Amino acid sequence: MTSFTPYSALAGGLLIGLAATWLLLFNGRIAGISGIINGLFSNRSDRSWRAAFLVSMIVSAALIFHYTPVQFAARTDFPIGALILAGVLVGLGTRLGSGCTSGHGICGIGRLSRRSIVATACFFSVGVITALVSRHLLGVG
Amino acid sequence: MGKLLSAALAGALFGAGLTLAGMVNPLKVLNFLDLAGDWDPSLALVMGAGLAVTLISFRWVLARPQPIVAAQFNLPVNKQIDSRLLAGAALFGLGWGLAGYCPGPAIAALSFGTSEPWIFVAAMLAGSLAGRCLDA
Repeated sequence: MTSFTPYSALAGGLLIGLAATWLLLFNGRIAGISGIINGLFSNRSDRSWRAAFLVSMIVSAALIFHYTPVQFAARTDFPIGALILAGVLVGLGTRLGSGCTSGHGICGIGRLSRRSIVATACFFSVGVITALVSRHLLGVG
Repeated sequence: MGKLLSAALAGALFGAGLTLAGMVNPLKVLNFLDLAGDWDPSLALVMGAGLAVTLISFRWVLARPQPIVAAQFNLPVNKQIDSRLLAGAALFGLGWGLAGYCPGPAIAALSFGTSEPWIFVAAMLAGSLAGRCLDA
């Protein structure tokens, strides 16, 4: 059970939108996390900005997590097999579908890309169905 | 140097936003996707607020001839809505709805001192590599 947190959700969403705006305005890049990660392994010439973005994202998340009241009790009972399966599906799916929640959802829709609108509708629908089935029928999560 | 600094600043804003919004907690994500449980609408506000910014700002940014510290905008050129896009998005939705992690929050949560994000990210990189091999 988690409670509805409208103010921190809105503030966090605004920061994510600002981050995406910043990266496009200054670096001319789409702030899609799966794309930024995948480029680390495929494109030797522009690895450094990707690494800078990701390392900085991890550090800032750590600071907010450890030094503000947003801390939460970590989930400890999620089956490891399901966690690994989910990770593989997310990695494979974002590679084939060229994006994730940030790349398609925040940035792609932000520039009114039809591909991103379709992809976002698709992964949200499948995500809802999967959560319903895995939690209520399979008892996972 | 300018490129690295501005990318790092964007990353810092992104990580702060994800964490502040609670999206780094997979249970909060699952409690949004699971409409039949104790529904937590927070994720809708995160997406809504993020989109409210980008829908306006991107139009303004992309009207510029070029970005500030790079030579040109690097935007996706593929406009095809094909089976590959749909299959990829569906597989992603399957993994997301199962564990509650998408790539950003999983990476951001690596520093929280728990093992879950590490296992998920390792599996995610393996899945991404497998997808790359499918292309080759």
